[in-house]
Amino acid sequence: MSLLRIENLDARHGQLQAVRGISLEVREGETLALVGANGAGKTTLLRAVAGAHRPAGGRVWLDGADVTEVPAFRRLALGIALVPEGRRLFTGMTVEENLLVARAHGRPGPWTVERVLDAFPMLRARIKAKAGSLSGGEQQATAIGRALVANPRVLLLDEVSLGLAPVAVDRVYQCLETLIAGGATIVLVEQDLSRALRVATRVACMLEGSVVLEGAAGQMTREQVTEAYFGLNHRAEA
Amino acid sequence: MSARAGLSIERWTPLSAAAVAALAALAVVLAFGPLFLGANAVDRLTTLFIYVMLGVMWNALAGYGGLVSVGQQAFFGLGAYAAIRLASFGVPVYAALALGGVFAGLVALAMSPFALRLRGGEFAIGMWVIAEVCHLLVNLDPLINGETGTSLISLNAFAPQARRDYTYWLALGAMTLLVAVVFSLLRGRLGSSVQAIRDSEEAAASLGVRVLAAKRILFVVAGAGCGMAGTLYLATSISFQPAGYFSVQWTAYMIFMALVGGLGTFEGPIIGAVVFFVLESAFGASGVWYLVGLGATAVVFALYLPRGLWGTLETRLGIRLLPVGYRVRARAEASAAPAAKSG
Amino acid sequence: MIWVNQVIQGVLLGGYYALIACGLSFMFGVMRIINLAHGDLAILAAFLVWAIVEHSGMSPFLALALVLPVMGALGWLLQRVMLERSLRAGMLVPLLTTFGLAIVIQNLLFLAFGADIRSLAPAIGDLAFNSWSLGSHIYIGQLAGLIFLVAVLMLGGLQLMLARTPLGRSIRAIAEDPDTAELVGIDSRRVYAAAAAIAVMTVAVGGTFLGMRATFSPYAGPIQLIFAFEAVVIGGLGSMWGTLAGGIVLGVAQNLGALIAPNGFLIVGHAVFLLALGARLLHQRRKGGA
Repeated sequence: MSLLRIENLDARHGQLQAVRGISLEVREGETLALVGANGAGKTTLLRAVAGAHRPAGGRVWLDGADVTEVPAFRRLALGIALVPEGRRLFTGMTVEENLLVARAHGRPGPWTVERVLDAFPMLRARIKAKAGSLSGGEQQATAIGRALVANPRVLLLDEVSLGLAPVAVDRVYQCLETLIAGGATIVLVEQDLSRALRVATRVACMLEGSVVLEGAAGQMTREQVTEAYFGLNHRAEA
Repeated sequence: MSARAGLSIERWTPLSAAAVAALAALAVVLAFGPLFLGANAVDRLTTLFIYVMLGVMWNALAGYGGLVSVGQQAFFGLGAYAAIRLASFGVPVYAALALGGVFAGLVALAMSPFALRLRGGEFAIGMWVIAEVCHLLVNLDPLINGETGTSLISLNAFAPQARRDYTYWLALGAMTLLVAVVFSLLRGRLGSSVQAIRDSEEAAASLGVRVLAAKRILFVVAGAGCGMAGTLYLATSISFQPAGYFSVQWTAYMIFMALVGGLGTFEGPIIGAVVFFVLESAFGASGVWYLVGLGATAVVFALYLPRGLWGTLETRLGIRLLPVGYRVRARAEASAAPAAKSG
Repeated sequence: MIWVNQVIQGVLLGGYYALIACGLSFMFGVMRIINLAHGDLAILAAFLVWAIVEHSGMSPFLALALVLPVMGALGWLLQRVMLERSLRAGMLVPLLTTFGLAIVIQNLLFLAFGADIRSLAPAIGDLAFNSWSLGSHIYIGQLAGLIFLVAVLMLGGLQLMLARTPLGRSIRAIAEDPDTAELVGIDSRRVYAAAAAIAVMTVAVGGTFLGMRATFSPYAGPIQLIFAFEAVVIGGLGSMWGTLAGGIVLGVAQNLGALIAPNGFLIVGHAVFLLALGARLLHQRRKGGA
């Protein structure tokens, strides 16, 4: 039984079709890596799942319930949390306040502000600092923490390695591995192919709005994924 | 016009050519008005011309320039005040009236470096405060007698009929001139600049569009136009009480006309002025209920019909009467929807 | 010494301006809207309080307590019915709709209450006249002092609400990034409506105190809007305590202006506002934006 199901999703930016009839399934406990070049539609797809982008067609199902018409703010309480591209922290608010806001509107569960600080110890010292004054790595940790503290059933991560020093990315991925080991269901949009392939159980590669390659991570070679990434074997329909 | 692979760009269509010709003919017919219309009709038409001027000017500022000014009454009052002052110096009265508009335009030019750097609500209320300041300053002139006001006595040198007719012609001339000026400005480079600024000011500036210069032109023309309307209103009513001329009511009327007619379209404010004129003739006597109706209508239009009567019609029918925009047509096709939304 | 007293009166007047302006500042901080009907809402509240006082003889403060929830509901309604749509439509529309609303409110008040100038001063008895004197020429009106105190409490309360409460956090989040706020579960429509309700309630308090310290009539709204806006701009847009500072500067300028000339009160106030605006523009230019 899939926890998250995307059925024939169409999404547009004005006249431009960003997502073309995509269907994907994510089972509970799975980590789906969504890879693809810039402009492939990955961010739009995640935003549509989170409710921040109105799809032009298709449906989104969470644990068997159709959530397509549910507004974004209510999807958090249902269990979909997005860590947006570029972190998008509330820079005028402290780390603690960023976490508290999400905590107030999320689901009850094991994750609390305290537990987030355990998972990201470097935030403890910065808990009262304004989010805008943090380093890239600290901001990313806060952004992930902000999503976690809502106790999501499905965690969506959009380009968490972007703009971070390799050391910081290592730390982020360590945390991800811990989450995955704990049974989290994750959809991970990632440009760093090798990192994505290492943590994912399934991979889907997008090109110009469509999925051109999909399968279990262990069964795909890097060459296959690279070819799909650059569209060497597949051409999306015009 | 240039034509590229399968596309042609037109400015004139048969419909728009006919429309312009019709308007020109109308102007000529109107010029003969006083010869066959009664006194009351001449008066009413003069008022209509004043309203058209006000509507077109406010639309030029807000609809094209994106500048919502709640203070255009400043120029309305300043124009009338200048006319009175000039007449008191002995300037022949109709010259004084015409120069009043020019004075208002010059004031607009003088304040433009300051005013045009304000944005959004700041600009709106900033202009309102400037209008209040102009009101207060004009009150200080002993000629004006504070709120009691004074009259343009030199108009009495003319017989009532002659005065009515000369005012009518001045109003018709001023209105036609202003409409023509705005028309030609929008057809020129200013039109494209303004369109670009409306879509994205930053992007336009990065392309080299001289944003401030474009806005300044609109601001000065609008100042002169409102000033001219003020002097003409003075000519019809003869008396000048500062509170009546510097009242924010005038901006309310302008907003109504531009909104209801069609903000950002060329024909819109003209239609809005006609609608306003008709409503005022029919309901003006109801006093306060009429004003409530005006306000409520403005709200409804702003929320639900933001393109106004004409804008909605234009989009539905895919026509444009007066050629201020561009039409992109695929060759060998019957017609295409107008591509540019300017004008 | 008379000018010292004028300065003090100006400072106290600044308290009133802060009171009437804080709702405007708040709305702008949250929604980036300038509500052109702001002053008229204050007058509406004043009339409602007046009507209750006329009818029942109760104290205006009690009447205000009754009017506050009504005004809060009105603010909520305004947001949901009008401002929400306006927000989505761009910069121009909120200005146009609130301006139209202002005209509707003014004229409806005229229809309901007539053109007569009203005041709540008779209903508060000695409070309107009594004053404390410090030294030979300095008087602090009790009402003026009360208004200043209420202003400080109101601003402090708003600041506290924003800083410490969940609603305050939601408001700050939405003000900074409405899109991401939705992603963390904030119902932006609800929050905007709550903010509007709060803003209108503060303006109701301001309008009531206006009625006590001075007079009001159906068309008295716009000048209050102008004063409120001037206070906000002089103090710096978006800062609550800045609004108090701006109000004080405005009040002092006006009172000193009154010493200079009969018209001076208004002119000097407006002039200081325009100067403050100009100064900010220059400052921005120097920082590198044209």
